Amino acid sequence: MVRNSADHGIETPQERKLLGKPETGRIRLTAAHEGGSIAIRIIDDGKGLDIARIRRKALAQNLASAAELERMTEAQIARFVFHPGFSTAEAVTSVSGRGVGMDVVKTNIDAIGGMVDIAFEPGKGTTFSVKIPLTLAIISALIVSVGEQRFAIPQAVVRELVRVRPGSEHAVEIINGASVLRLRERLLPVVGLANMMQTSDAVADSGFIVVTQIGKQQFGILVGGVLHTEEIVVKPMSSKLKALTLFSGNTILGDGAVVLILDPNGLAHAIGNLDLDEANDEAAQAQGVGDAQERQTILVFKGGGGSLKAVPLSLVTRLEEIDAAAIEWTSGRALVQYRGKLMPIVPANDQLVIGREGPLAMVIFSDGPRTMGLAVESIVDILDETVKIELGAREPGVIGSAVLGGRATEMIDLSHYLPQAYPDWLTGHREAPAAGATREALLVESSPFIREMLAPIIRAAGLVPIIAPDAEAAIARLATGRPLAALIVDVEAEASGGLKAVAAARGVPEHAALMMIGLASAPHPDVLLAAHGAGLRDVIAKFDRHSLIAALKGAQDAQQEAA
Amino acid sequence: MSITRHTPSPDQPQHGGQAPAGDLGDEIEFVTFKLGEQLFGLPIQRVHEVFAANQITRVPMAPAAMSGLLNLRGRVVTAICLRTLLRIDADHDGSDRMAIGVESDREQFALLVDKIGDVMRLPASGLEPNPIHLDAAWGALSEGVYRLEKTILIILKLDSLIASELLAA
Repeated sequence: MVRNSADHGIETPQERKLLGKPETGRIRLTAAHEGGSIAIRIIDDGKGLDIARIRRKALAQNLASAAELERMTEAQIARFVFHPGFSTAEAVTSVSGRGVGMDVVKTNIDAIGGMVDIAFEPGKGTTFSVKIPLTLAIISALIVSVGEQRFAIPQAVVRELVRVRPGSEHAVEIINGASVLRLRERLLPVVGLANMMQTSDAVADSGFIVVTQIGKQQFGILVGGVLHTEEIVVKPMSSKLKALTLFSGNTILGDGAVVLILDPNGLAHAIGNLDLDEANDEAAQAQGVGDAQERQTILVFKGGGGSLKAVPLSLVTRLEEIDAAAIEWTSGRALVQYRGKLMPIVPANDQLVIGREGPLAMVIFSDGPRTMGLAVESIVDILDETVKIELGAREPGVIGSAVLGGRATEMIDLSHYLPQAYPDWLTGHREAPAAGATREALLVESSPFIREMLAPIIRAAGLVPIIAPDAEAAIARLATGRPLAALIVDVEAEASGGLKAVAAARGVPEHAALMMIGLASAPHPDVLLAAHGAGLRDVIAKFDRHSLIAALKGAQDAQQEAA
Repeated sequence: MSITRHTPSPDQPQHGGQAPAGDLGDEIEFVTFKLGEQLFGLPIQRVHEVFAANQITRVPMAPAAMSGLLNLRGRVVTAICLRTLLRIDADHDGSDRMAIGVESDREQFALLVDKIGDVMRLPASGLEPNPIHLDAAWGALSEGVYRLEKTILIILKLDSLIASELLAA
């Protein structure tokens, strides 16, 4: 570009003399930092651009029509010099005029996301402005060490540093193989960087904990030493190492050593359970739009193996902590005396081993006279959230997963656990329905979550749930005239088409005696009125399991009486 | 640094020996190096430089053939252990290793070798196909061999080396 200025911009000494300019031309280069980019200017005091000639040339090269050129401003015309193959030099000289000048400059600058522009004043000079973005990210990093090796942790995610030593105020505690730090009444999961980097298998217990925050999640990284902070230039990882998610890049420190930059997101993923908000958003989006959004109170707990599980609190009778020593074992089954009765205990999953002593957290579910304890690793939280359940690959005991409190959580399927406590819970303990009596109950509900939650309850009442996601599906089933034990509809959500289904059932003679139950999450008087108007006998709160089972039982009894 | 220009000696096929400097005719120049006792070569056009590799930063969880990262005049270069890549026993203690700076697919790499040898000028026509019983792993990474008087020189395919699955993280 400087060559270009010398050849195109600066006049010959004779011309300059005639114009009253100093014989020696001047090309000034300036570079400045301008809001995230570097601005470079090449300023000459030559003759400026010959707009008339550029216009002629543009016309000759068919870059624009005469009419177009007529409408263009001088600045627009000037930009033709960036056009491939464009040169106004009369002859090819050793310095320029080969037609591969400014377009190459522009192409290269464009390629790195920069800008180039031209400004001139006839007879006074030309200024080329180049703006190049600062593509090299410079971040402030905390340099830490583990054994011989150093790593950089971006300062932006570092909340605080805590010195830990066994026996001191801050000490790393091991809970069931997982390291935690008690920090201001909070339990912080801790990951040893040495273990993470596979430089050591030993669980370190002294050093520094770098308290790191990603989104809402905090965790601690246990390092051997904290050296200093340094402004580092983030260099991308080699293509061969891109797959290592623990590192976001590398850098060269002041002393010339190459260090790896830890990617806190990668670390968080590696720790597990800590999920990125971003990922959660994606999951939430992937969930789709049509699902009804229900705010629910959800109990979140840890099953075995650190997995987060959840169950609607409305299904839970109590939360208890019992002494594992009080558990009685009979033929491999765990039982505990609870409120004067023997209560079976079922572990939340296979990875959860019920110990022989120490406290054991339990979630108690009861159904009439039967009570079971679900042994869990720990109770995590009770959340009031909109639950979007994702029905993924079916695992026994899991309805699907949902994002609760920013973490991926599995919703448990109680119908998987109840038979483990009482093999006959779902089937035999109720009087077998009389021969000929139908056991099918039609559930009209648009929310997959509610469907998944109610289906086991319907099964628990000894019925076979038939699911209709909307009124059309329900009406189609009703129209077959096949007998039903009950019709359960959502009376609130318009989308569920519950009342439409009720009206349709009324129109089918076979269903004259059909037991119909309305469901509402928060029954509004208007809703109740509409439901009763439609002839619904009961409107039950969606999460009132007892009432629903009682009503369904009533339906069966009525049916048996009728039969 | 020990690159010495190897003048054609009588034990090498005489081809274009009289050609003026710079004009190689059908001759190719190879940078040679040793891994254990075996002599290997890479075309000199592909070799940027040869330097002593010190201060290699190990990358946890990287493939074994990935020795780590090193600082080459302000650029971070990925160091590859050719011994591991060519499945030669790693009896070398890793210290004082020499590195050959190369570029593949617009990325810079340093190939760690035991010893740098001479630059040899050899006729293109002298390259012989790999012996059929050459280790399959080597065969895939080798262009061919030169029979020198005392030893066999294996010419490596740089891009195949870099693309080796042993480097896939």
